[in-house]
Amino acid sequence: MTTTTPDEAENWQALAVKALKNRSFLLGLVITLLVALMALVSFFWTPFDVTDLPVTNRMQPPTAEHWFGTDHFGRDIFSMIMVGARNSIAVAFVAVAIGMGLGVPLGCWAAARRGWVDEALMRFNDVIFAFPALLSAVMITAIFGPGAINAIIAIGIFNVPVFARVARAGALSIWPREYILAARASGKNATQITVEHILPNIASILLVQGTIQFALGILAEAGLSYVGFGAQPPMPSWGRMLFEAQTRMIIAPHMAIFPGLAIVVTVLGLNLLGDGLRDLLDPKTRRER
Amino acid sequence: MTAYLLKRLAIGILTLLFASVVVFAVLEVVPGDPARLMLGMNATEDAVQALREQMGLNLPLVTRYVTWLAAFATGDFGRSLTYSVPVIDLVAERLVVSLPLALLALALSTVIAIPAGLFAAARRGRFADTATMGLAQVGVAIPNFWLALLLVYVFAVWLRLVPAGGFPGWGNGFWAGIKALLMPAVALALPQAAILARVTRSALIEVLGEDYIRTARAKGLPRRRVLWRHALRNALIPVLTIMGLQFAFLLAGTIIIENVFYLPGLGRLLFQAITQRDLIVVESVIMLLVAAVIVVNVLVDLSYAAVDPRLRTRR
Amino acid sequence: MAQTLLHIENLSLAIGKADILSHVDMRIDRGEVLGLVGESGSGKSMTALAIMQLLPHAAHASGRILFDGADLLTRTEDQMCALRGDDIGMVFQEPMTALNPVKTIGEQVAEGIRWHTRCSRAEAEERTRAILDRVGLPQSRFPLSRFPHELSGGQRQRVVIAIACALKPRLLIADEPTTALDVVLQAQILDLLRDLVEENRMGLLLISHDLAVVADMADRLVVMRHGKVMEQGETASTLKRQEHPYTRQLAEASMHVPAARQAAPARPRTDDAGGNASPETPPLLAVDKVVRDYAGRRTSLFSRPAPFRAVDDVSFSMEPGHSVALVGRSGCGKSTLARMILALDQPTGGAIRLAGQDLSHLEGEALRPFRRRMQVVFQDPYGSFNPRHKVERLVAEPLHLLDSQPSRSERRERVAEALAEVHMPPDSMDRYPHEFSGGQRQRISIARAVITRPDLIVADEPVSALDVSIRAQILDLFAELNGKLRLAYLFITHDLTVARAITDEVMVMHEGRIVERGSTADVLSAPRHEATRALVDAAPDLERAIARRLSRA
Repeated sequence: MTTTTPDEAENWQALAVKALKNRSFLLGLVITLLVALMALVSFFWTPFDVTDLPVTNRMQPPTAEHWFGTDHFGRDIFSMIMVGARNSIAVAFVAVAIGMGLGVPLGCWAAARRGWVDEALMRFNDVIFAFPALLSAVMITAIFGPGAINAIIAIGIFNVPVFARVARAGALSIWPREYILAARASGKNATQITVEHILPNIASILLVQGTIQFALGILAEAGLSYVGFGAQPPMPSWGRMLFEAQTRMIIAPHMAIFPGLAIVVTVLGLNLLGDGLRDLLDPKTRRER
Repeated sequence: MTAYLLKRLAIGILTLLFASVVVFAVLEVVPGDPARLMLGMNATEDAVQALREQMGLNLPLVTRYVTWLAAFATGDFGRSLTYSVPVIDLVAERLVVSLPLALLALALSTVIAIPAGLFAAARRGRFADTATMGLAQVGVAIPNFWLALLLVYVFAVWLRLVPAGGFPGWGNGFWAGIKALLMPAVALALPQAAILARVTRSALIEVLGEDYIRTARAKGLPRRRVLWRHALRNALIPVLTIMGLQFAFLLAGTIIIENVFYLPGLGRLLFQAITQRDLIVVESVIMLLVAAVIVVNVLVDLSYAAVDPRLRTRR
Repeated sequence: MAQTLLHIENLSLAIGKADILSHVDMRIDRGEVLGLVGESGSGKSMTALAIMQLLPHAAHASGRILFDGADLLTRTEDQMCALRGDDIGMVFQEPMTALNPVKTIGEQVAEGIRWHTRCSRAEAEERTRAILDRVGLPQSRFPLSRFPHELSGGQRQRVVIAIACALKPRLLIADEPTTALDVVLQAQILDLLRDLVEENRMGLLLISHDLAVVADMADRLVVMRHGKVMEQGETASTLKRQEHPYTRQLAEASMHVPAARQAAPARPRTDDAGGNASPETPPLLAVDKVVRDYAGRRTSLFSRPAPFRAVDDVSFSMEPGHSVALVGRSGCGKSTLARMILALDQPTGGAIRLAGQDLSHLEGEALRPFRRRMQVVFQDPYGSFNPRHKVERLVAEPLHLLDSQPSRSERRERVAEALAEVHMPPDSMDRYPHEFSGGQRQRISIARAVITRPDLIVADEPVSALDVSIRAQILDLFAELNGKLRLAYLFITHDLTVARAITDEVMVMHEGRIVERGSTADVLSAPRHEATRALVDAAPDLERAIARRLSRA
């Protein structure tokens, strides 16, 4: 039997048909789009104004009017979750962009040059991996004081070695292929080969990793804003809402349940999307059928 | 084999050195004069200068780094500005809470994840697999501190089985201590276990597709035996890698979880130190945690050699 | 008379909705060697896995597989486990991956012995030593504590054979056991299999794509195609008569000599085909005392690693339009040499001249005018194209080497022209490589190589991944282009049939050196160097095998 992988390039139609059959991809896509839509809509409309503090209406349990109840300032929790989605998405997105923007070129460079460049990158990765995002955030907060930007930088820095590793591993598996030799025999230099041959072939694994890091970013942001290193009040954020709910757990458990569910559902959606994409795009898992 | 071990060890030390430079440099650029901060805004310039001299702040940067590192390596972390006690004492006092918590969580997560991964891989594609992995998929998405809040609500507030927080100290008996740490450990362990179970399953499934598995089956070994004798050990390498990476997340998680349960651990110390701008404590705790992460990763690297004979002869 | 050991009756197999086997019948007697021949996709490996009941999950088999009279398809998994490794042993194609990398060879051989015989550890070890010794891995050099990665491919295949034969099974299944090995190792492994089978009166099911291998080994022959049995019978007479058209096609293809070359008389070495080559004109390619060292493996922490010399003082030259084969066993340095000629790797010493100009120390842009004059065709028709590009872009890639970049329409025109040279329709250019078969892809690969109208093509095992019938067509194409475009070829191959079919001259490489060179016919019919002789003797040869069978009969 031949051991070659099935072809990665498939026309879009065939891919679309497979995508529609992939339950995890579909569910993930729907959830992700819904969350994104919720964040978008919140710019124009929320059921209640989150800057309004009708204190008389404090800590109402869920009602037909306030679907998820109200918090200790009387704000509508559903509206706050909508607005909080903006923050979560923005932080995670920018952190992924930082990670990809720096990590992918670094990883490709290391794979193309090998030798000391490669070794140096790996050592650089080791150092950064020793600083979990929370510790970076602690240090950044120690310097600049708290703020949403800290979370972005801390999570973004941690994403750099992740993408560098994935890009490097992918590129290293493509470099020995015969079509790279053919390209070199056609006089293409390392940069041209990386742009024309390496990147298109590792794009799918980068996309998959991107969704995973996006999900991790949302979790990390929630953790950071929970301990006060993320978005500062009055900007609503999911982690901060949980922090505020903590001391009121006995009287108003709904204050903790709904923001937490928002995090779980969003992260679950992104992970499902990532798994689905992997099934669809990664020839390695496709081979085992 | 020794060449591999020495190389990994050397890399570990190098990483530790670089990390220490990062920690030192970052806290060095902190705006504000530590001596001024300590003495307060209405201290005289002379007093500040005297303290700067005493703290060695007027020495060149490199000298200060070397002195700091040498002192740190020998366990002299300096004196806390707010508590006026040696930092090492503060840290030691908190470590007896944080370390058992992290280890308990790691043990729980491993004990749950590896059997779950094996179970799912052995029943690949069947209902048991789908159910286990569906559960794991949800588990991965749960923030540990939210899980902690829910656990407190259910077990402490509602069922009143365990204390909602706080730590009695090991002086009140071993079991009392464990009881206080159990719920935080579960909250930390479950999301990690979900990740680890997924990794274990996919590593096993990948290995089960290898040619040598077919060779083992052609020998007449039943599936279960092939899974245990041939697949598990080969699948261990990616599992170990993830466990090493998870340790870093566990430490970070510990810091957050301690806040949920009001545990007097390193995390609480760190947050108090930040609000009080007690930078020596911040610096020491961060350096300690970073060092722990690096040491664990070196240990993981070394354990590869125990699992994979190919590493023993390479280089 | 002989008793039937294995009887496959009306076996059909489907995986999901795809029919893999339909109504297959075959029989193996005790102590008999049955050869199963077919091209890729013929279902021969699936037949083997069906006997072992190690089929993929979604597979559904019907019919009967009688082993000693009992139907294996109705056996429970436990009953099959008792049979596998004890009564039926199996040897696989890829020795590099067939052994568990984290267990010693001793553990892996002893495991099956202990499982089936429930004997003591000491006894199992004793038997393991005996069988490893028997397959040519004596304890003095290969203690039980060796790990697979410490052995070569040929040695690993011996371990796999030891595992399969440890309990003297009555049936041994060998699925392409030598395909991943070079010819000399192939001959050794086949000899070993033959001896083991004779010693223990085992039945052997030998699966191969290579008719010559099977003809040499098998008493009887089954020819399969697309999951159906085409023909079966006694080996020599079946191959002699060649009654079934497919059998004939296979036989002819494996002895194929391209028509274009049959017509042309073998050119003498000093041939100046252009008619105007004066002694001053430098040869097209001159390789002069080329050496390539690689950093060796460090044996201990403090010793300096000894360099490994892959290519050692190699010199030769080639004239325009000339076709030369570079043959040798795997690891002899031939591919390293090819990469240096293509300027993909730099020699440690010596010079490589293309039309008189030394390339060995040029880099980047400076190589451009020379790269245009030499191109490459690779072995693997699947790995040699970027799967994300369309054929137009793939074939046009070397146009990058031209000084002025052609316009889009010009580019399409040139691609169409190159495709026409290799007899591919122009509309192939808008399709992706995966839409083509292996043979078609190899044609596209050749189109890419000829688009800049080079003088020299280096072809690294260009047909060894192809089925025999396709192989013949590609060899024809090479021969045709040689005449039409006056291309010089450097064919790198371990397959002497290919060298014989297509080249004027042959160079034999052994341990980094060229040990023999001469006209292809002379060298192959009267080899002088030991290494050449080993290659020639080991090469499976269909005619010779049939002749030998007939004389024995």
